[in-house]
Amino acid sequence: MTRTQRSYAIQLLLLAAIIVICVFPFYWMVTTSLKTQVVALQAPPAWIFEPTLQNYREALFEDGVGRSLINSLIIAVSTTALALVLGVPAAFALARFEFRGKRDLWFWFITNRMVSPIVLALPFFLIARNLDLLDRHITLVLIYLTFNLPIVIWIVTDQIRGIPYELDEAARMEGASQFTIMTRICLPLAMPGVAVSAIFSFIFSWNELMFGLILTRSEARTAPAMAVSFMEGYNLPYGKIMATSTLIVIPVLIFALLASKQLVRGLTMGAVK
Amino acid sequence: MRGRTSRKTIFAFIGPSVIALALIGIAPLIYAAWTSLHFFNLTRMRQFRFVGLDNYQTVLTDGAFWQAMGRTFFLLGTSLPLQLALGLGIALVLHQPGLTLVKTLCRLSLVLPMATTYAVVGLLGQVMFNQRFGVVNQLMGGANINWIGDPTNAFVMIIFWDVWQWTPFVALVLLAGLTMVPGEVEEAARLETKNWWTILRYVQLPFLVPGLVAVLILRTADTLKLFDMVFTLTRGGPGASTEFISLMIQRVGFRAFDQGLASAQAIILLAITIVLARIYIRVFYKEV
Repeated sequence: MTRTQRSYAIQLLLLAAIIVICVFPFYWMVTTSLKTQVVALQAPPAWIFEPTLQNYREALFEDGVGRSLINSLIIAVSTTALALVLGVPAAFALARFEFRGKRDLWFWFITNRMVSPIVLALPFFLIARNLDLLDRHITLVLIYLTFNLPIVIWIVTDQIRGIPYELDEAARMEGASQFTIMTRICLPLAMPGVAVSAIFSFIFSWNELMFGLILTRSEARTAPAMAVSFMEGYNLPYGKIMATSTLIVIPVLIFALLASKQLVRGLTMGAVK
Repeated sequence: MRGRTSRKTIFAFIGPSVIALALIGIAPLIYAAWTSLHFFNLTRMRQFRFVGLDNYQTVLTDGAFWQAMGRTFFLLGTSLPLQLALGLGIALVLHQPGLTLVKTLCRLSLVLPMATTYAVVGLLGQVMFNQRFGVVNQLMGGANINWIGDPTNAFVMIIFWDVWQWTPFVALVLLAGLTMVPGEVEEAARLETKNWWTILRYVQLPFLVPGLVAVLILRTADTLKLFDMVFTLTRGGPGASTEFISLMIQRVGFRAFDQGLASAQAIILLAITIVLARIYIRVFYKEV
């Protein structure tokens, strides 16, 4: 073997190892979800077995996982829509207008990303309890804005800044209002950023557990909170837990792969191009 | 010209966001500050009363609180170096020329862990690290290690999952930095030396700095926020061995029902976070 061939072989081995380590837990999740309870509790674990869809059937139709997935979907979609409606105009203003306090406002939006959700969960729980808002979709839709709104504002501001200001000026010569400039000129050109921020907002909301656990009981139970509730007592239904996990994870993985090019940029709030 | 827009127009655009964030992000904090000044136990509401700064005094002198804080930074101090070392290694491998198809596949697989629902990572941990029928012990040659029930092993397991989930993030951030190095500069350097360390240190490192700072900020924030994965995997146990700061506040507030004390803890955590965020942002987002 020549030197380059050997270096390629080593590279290939390393790459294969990385892929296996990243993917193996998902493989194990899906295969466990296809095991009956008896097979799932075999020691040592079985790698070859007869697959069954029983866990999915039970989880979806008997244990209310289907319902909780719909709850998660309603909440994630609504909070994303709300974050866009509120955040896009704010992003337009931050990108296009000069005003006092802009810098502080910017800091404040970004600092929101850093605050531990437990800090907000305590007072939010008490307020929701007093206002009779526990176990309602709207409560989660609102509280998820605390992380969705900053991410939408950040990504969309960044995107609008990249649009030539001359376009705005030309439109204003024609007598267009700021609102028209935003909706007719900037928004269509900023669509990639808007789409990516929507995907992020959806993923974060869909994945969230703690608020779901604290602020919902049954009516508005989100899917992650539902999955965790299977973990109580002895003789855990491992197959069913993994079936639920699979159902939860599939949509986010699809979205993440769709946005994979922008994922790093979004997660670092644009710090890395 | 910019800056001619009337205040009314500006407010129409930015006002709704500011009001929304003030109502859901700041008003609750004020309420938490008020709660923290009271004896406020959900199971003993009749004893509700103003106690001044008593809760703060309790927290500041509470060994368990500072242990949880120390544990949180210990986790950051152990998993972040691992993530940086492994992430840099992965980034350097992916940055090598050739094998394009495998590398694309590799980049796509790296996206999966960091998008995974934290709670699902915790559930996977339960299944894979189970002492009797877990695949991890099987792959370790039929070892009989009690992962979840032993304080040290449980901590190691948390580090494992944190590293599994966030090394890909570090790798992709650093890879983005490596691709920013101008091709001619890197080629010229490679003609000068065959030593990869010299190239990394003097040619590539300057391009990695913004990414490294971003990783430092975000991993610090995320470790202070860490809740979902650990709650599903160990509930902070056994004992308090994996009870990180957010888990502790949740336990005091929602399992011991002492909202007053938990609010005081939360306000102190908030203060620490804001100080850290200010320091980091000052260093980092200076161009904004």
